[in-house]
Amino acid sequence: MAIDIPRIPLGDSIEGGLDFLTTNYSVVTRGISRVTQTGISALNDALMWLPEWGLMAIIALICWRVASVRLAIGSVLGLALIWNLGLWDPMIETLTLVVIATFVAVIIALPFGVFAALSDRFYSLIMPVLDFMQTMPAFVYLIPAIPFFGIGSVSAIFATVIFSMPPAIRFTTLGIRQVPKDLIEAADAFGATRSQKLIKIQLPLSLPTIMAGINQTIMLALSMVVIAAMIGADGLGSEVWRAIQRLRPGDGFEAGIAVVILAMLLDRITQAVRKK
Amino acid sequence: MTETDETNESNIKIQVRGLSKVFGSQPKKALELRNQGKKRPEILEKTGQTLGLSNIDFDVREGELLVIMGLSGSGKSTLIRCLNRLIEPTEGDIIIDGQNIPKLNEKELLECRRRHFSMVFQNFALFPHRTVQENAEYGLEVRGIEKASRVESARNSLKQVGLEGWEDAYPNQLSGGMQQRVGLARALANDSTVMLMDEAFSALDPLIRKDMQQELIELQHRMKKTTIFITHDLDEAISIGDRIILLKDGEIVQSGTPEEILTRPADDYVARFVEGVDMSRVLTATSAMRPVRATARDSDGPRTVLRKMSDNGLDSIYVIGRDRTLLGIVGVDDVDAAAKAGKDTIHELIHDDFPKAGPDEPMNNLFAMFGEKSYPIAIVDDNQRLLGVVVKGAVLEQLAEAGEH
Repeated sequence: MAIDIPRIPLGDSIEGGLDFLTTNYSVVTRGISRVTQTGISALNDALMWLPEWGLMAIIALICWRVASVRLAIGSVLGLALIWNLGLWDPMIETLTLVVIATFVAVIIALPFGVFAALSDRFYSLIMPVLDFMQTMPAFVYLIPAIPFFGIGSVSAIFATVIFSMPPAIRFTTLGIRQVPKDLIEAADAFGATRSQKLIKIQLPLSLPTIMAGINQTIMLALSMVVIAAMIGADGLGSEVWRAIQRLRPGDGFEAGIAVVILAMLLDRITQAVRKK
Repeated sequence: MTETDETNESNIKIQVRGLSKVFGSQPKKALELRNQGKKRPEILEKTGQTLGLSNIDFDVREGELLVIMGLSGSGKSTLIRCLNRLIEPTEGDIIIDGQNIPKLNEKELLECRRRHFSMVFQNFALFPHRTVQENAEYGLEVRGIEKASRVESARNSLKQVGLEGWEDAYPNQLSGGMQQRVGLARALANDSTVMLMDEAFSALDPLIRKDMQQELIELQHRMKKTTIFITHDLDEAISIGDRIILLKDGEIVQSGTPEEILTRPADDYVARFVEGVDMSRVLTATSAMRPVRATARDSDGPRTVLRKMSDNGLDSIYVIGRDRTLLGIVGVDDVDAAAKAGKDTIHELIHDDFPKAGPDEPMNNLFAMFGEKSYPIAIVDDNQRLLGVVVKGAVLEQLAEAGEH
């Protein structure tokens, strides 16, 4: 049934805004693109330069130091399986994207989270934005990413950062707001300035919560990086994507299992760091 | 009163005048009603504003331990927080060393908090991510004192509260009493001029609480730190306070020394408070002490002494030296015999088989001191100078009087 009032041109205006940004700020986007691409290549090359067993040893060592021997053994087995399946290089590409996207997301999220914790007004402003960012279907971010940054890994990072940032902001805010009032009062009573309170009391005490947020961000980043294969991101996602196009469920599952192994490793390691 | 008390009276550390606090968005309205003589419940009903404190006036003297006492809701926690503006006062002056705290800007306030106030909290409020040592250093760290000297001060204050050797522990590894010692050390290390203690011992179990009270009194006497102590417990107020201010519904109902409050409650409210207190423990020898009617000098001869005794109707008399130090007591029979024997000194008659106590001796201890001969109890100061005497009747009288309230 058609309604009499004219259709609101929501999509058109968003498109117009995006066009405006692409045409007028292409210098900025191209700059971001180049910096990001350099970062991706550098990290990717470094991880690729290491022999497979070398990286496995390093990851196993990290697992053992922060968590347990069991996790170290598990990591070796899991990575060996990925190697054996011939998915080592795509796995490294995915890991690179996750690491960089998470890094960027956390760098942006921390100040926003802190500010939202300290200012009620900013809090009520940013929360609906975060809801929007998290519930908007993830693929939608891929579309504007292409005119901004072109097909490829940089667009993948852009979409991933937007999609995975909200939990880091939320948890930072939550962590700081959860610091007991009496401790803040004690800090105030001794004449602490706002930044002294933040650095010496609020941030250290909210660290476990912030780490939980970062853990969430990593998990979301991993899922998004896989989806980003649709706009040409390399890695395990593109293996899955290829398997879909060629209707080869076996290949798809192999790549999928590699994603699961990577996810579990990243999750267990960050959880262990958080509990420390 | 001794001399030191008098000099203290002239040294006022904090002057609080006309301090009021309204919780709510329309404080003016509430204060207007207050000025028309309305009380807290009525103001709340009419304006929705809570009158937390109303027109509080008091002085804090240099070096004293002032207790602010009241039940929950009386405004005592609000009052102590207004002093360092953890809660913003609505109106009134708080003057410390010539600075009016409510008028300070943000920067001056920080400076004022750092220099003048350190605080001890009911639930300790220790920083769980810092060691005992780091907690104790906190105030100095905030002030930007360099590492070496703040480590030193923190160590010293931890030693003062008996926590030597616990520097590297974390607060959650300590018992409640020890945690509050850390809280105390954190406040002491800061070397502020005033210490604010907000129900500092209320969360501790009774035995530890008694210990801490005792230690606080000792610390306070040693360091002469001006201390404002908040409590809801009259027994605590009485055992530690030099002076007590009693709050009810945001107003001061009475202020005075513990004895003044106990023996002359200002109104029924205070009287009901006082009822539950064990009077004999609270009253001290001073309140039953009387001036000595007559004393003998050690240079007096037996006849002079006999004369002094018969003039005052005594059958024994205390003998003092030239500087009023107490030498002993002589009985009428001995002196009489010496006079008849023609001796001219009383030296060999003086004996020390008599009860003796300090002016702070609790009343219930005095009872047990009266011996068979029922000599009056001599009250002496630290230098053994005779201040006065306590007779059995006076003790009974005081206890009976106190019991009536």
